[in-house]
Amino acid sequence: MKFTIFILLLPAFSFLLLALAGKRMKPAVAGGIGTAVSGIVTVLSCMTAFLYFGAPRLQDGTHAVLIPYNATWLPFTETLHIDMGILLDPISVMMLIVISTVSLMVHIYSFGYMKGEKGFQRYYAFLSLFTMSMLGLVVATNIFQMYAFWELVGVSSYLLIGFYYTRPAAIAASKKAFIVTRFADLGFLIGILVYGYYAGTYSFRPDMVALMSGGVAMLPLALGLMFVGGAGKSAMFPLHIWLPDAMEGPTPVSALIHAATMVVAGVYLVARMFPLYIGFAPGVLEAIGWTGAFTSLFAAVIACVQTDIKRVLAFSTISQIGFMITSLGVCTSLDPQQGGLGYMASMFHLFTHAMFKALLFLGAGSIIHAVHSNEMSKMGGLHKYMPVTHIVFLIACLSIAGIPVFSGFFSKDEILTACFGYSPLMGWFMTGVAAITAFYMFRLYFQIFWGRNPRYDHTPHESPATMTFPLVFLAAATCMAGFIPFGDFISSNGTAYHIHIDKITAAASIAAALMAIGLAALKYARTGPILPCGDDLPDSARGLFPALHKAASHRFYIDEIYQFITHKIIFACISRPIAWIDRHIVDGFFNALGWTALITGEEIRPMQSGHIQQYAIWFLGGALAITVLLLLI
Amino acid sequence: MNIPMEYYLAVSTIMMFAGIYGFLTRRNLLAMLISVELMLNSVDINFAVFNRFLFPGELEGFFFTVFAIGVSAAETAIAIAILINIYRNMRNIQVENINELNG
Repeated sequence: MKFTIFILLLPAFSFLLLALAGKRMKPAVAGGIGTAVSGIVTVLSCMTAFLYFGAPRLQDGTHAVLIPYNATWLPFTETLHIDMGILLDPISVMMLIVISTVSLMVHIYSFGYMKGEKGFQRYYAFLSLFTMSMLGLVVATNIFQMYAFWELVGVSSYLLIGFYYTRPAAIAASKKAFIVTRFADLGFLIGILVYGYYAGTYSFRPDMVALMSGGVAMLPLALGLMFVGGAGKSAMFPLHIWLPDAMEGPTPVSALIHAATMVVAGVYLVARMFPLYIGFAPGVLEAIGWTGAFTSLFAAVIACVQTDIKRVLAFSTISQIGFMITSLGVCTSLDPQQGGLGYMASMFHLFTHAMFKALLFLGAGSIIHAVHSNEMSKMGGLHKYMPVTHIVFLIACLSIAGIPVFSGFFSKDEILTACFGYSPLMGWFMTGVAAITAFYMFRLYFQIFWGRNPRYDHTPHESPATMTFPLVFLAAATCMAGFIPFGDFISSNGTAYHIHIDKITAAASIAAALMAIGLAALKYARTGPILPCGDDLPDSARGLFPALHKAASHRFYIDEIYQFITHKIIFACISRPIAWIDRHIVDGFFNALGWTALITGEEIRPMQSGHIQQYAIWFLGGALAITVLLLLI
Repeated sequence: MNIPMEYYLAVSTIMMFAGIYGFLTRRNLLAMLISVELMLNSVDINFAVFNRFLFPGELEGFFFTVFAIGVSAAETAIAIAILINIYRNMRNIQVENINELNG
């Protein structure tokens, strides 16, 4: 498995090449280099997966954990050292596949989508940087390496959101994303330090004996703080505010970073530390589960009333990540047969979600490319003009809604089963959220592809092949991913687990989803003349709960609350008085010192007359005075 | 014939104060330089006298005297070089005219 190092080195090399020499290349050459490297990385990742899962299992039925590379980078003590290396275990190999595949598709897609953009080479350089960082994050051998790459993905996300740096909205969004996630990462860092101090190691599998003698009591705190970092990256409530704004970036970037890979880093983090959560902090895990459940409902409700196609998808991403987090949170043991099913379900959903959400975003990009607007009110009836996009978008919508045969059904069903295993309340709650998911996705679908047909300035057309190929590929993946015997590869304790569909749960969720789709079809699929302005969005919820509708369309005022807390409380009541003290008291003291020295100097300056004999008299006088003094004493 | 030590010291003291007085009152730099030499020489006399009367048979005082003479010779050379340069620039060497370095 020595070749796995190239999975990291190749994108790093391509980033350096494109960043340093990209300007001198033709755009097509730069894009070609990025795409070729991404392709090689995909092939290597598939090879890794093939060799890894193809190898015979160990005695206890698990897959061996391989560490092909590990270099001690910063040794602190005998056991406490920061390493840089590559760790292969079932979840990291699965993530390699997800990241490299989606990244390759986005690379190809961007050829068409970003064609003719200023900074095309820079765009591909950043994509390479992101791919490298994300791959480094998942293969990290210890939590500190993970943290380093974690920050790197944050930087690349920042750079790509602010890609259109002449647009103020994009700059504000990139800053917001960076600051919010960085703020959350502070929790992550403190968690890592607490963990390192009490466990005496940064590795994912601490020595149990050392841990017992150390501070087991502090582990829940450490793990809780780590989840704060994960919640920031994965846009959990109340740290989700950056993700909807991040949609200012180019759409393929949203597909890669803000839908499929980076935002699931928090899920991956919890999965990575899962044995510790189960063993030492079940309370924290439960809290994580409820955070995820609340976030998924919260985001789903907001998604129902958004009018910007990418914002709907952004909130849907938040909601779906909420599903994954919930699924991890409802685990009660390491055994997948009893209480540990959620781990597998979460990873499964991560896998399928990456495929169908990337497909949704790329499909949305294709639509935006054709219509030149993000607003759903400017779209409608597009099934006539864009048949390929229409079909793949429908597949993705069916998948996320949880309709059988498509991959989302299988993973979501496992999640719901896990939730029902935890408590019926959680199970029904998540089933309800799944129904809302189906509703808003089909609201989106019907408004775009059916519904009323607005007057287009020019007839929309199907996107070029560079854009439709990734769509078709991902649609095929979405159709087939559900049939992967995922439990054979990944489960909470590593042994093979055979997925079986729980019939009652499945029936309930399918029924709920179909009802939701029917409702959406009833509301949004009608064709007819454009209604007068103001009633542009026929929304039954507005009539029933006007307050709820208003609050949801303002995203429940979370941004306003943040604005209030930062500006009215922190800036006005804390920062401004401190700034005043700094400016007037601290600065004033040192200014006074300076002035005193200046004035004293001005006063005694004439004593230095330049007449040498005057100096001599003073000198003589002084010498005499000292002599007299010495004589007297 | 034995001259007591105090006689020598009286001479050297007179020389010292004559030098100080000259240094403070003369306006010509050259005269001030001569006053400085006078002070140095009075100190040389002191060294020699103390060595001769208090520590007969030792030589440190005489050595110091020789050193001081050497140093004063060097110092005079430099001082005169400076004086010549001052004269070239200012066309006189009256000390009250030289107060460029005032505060």
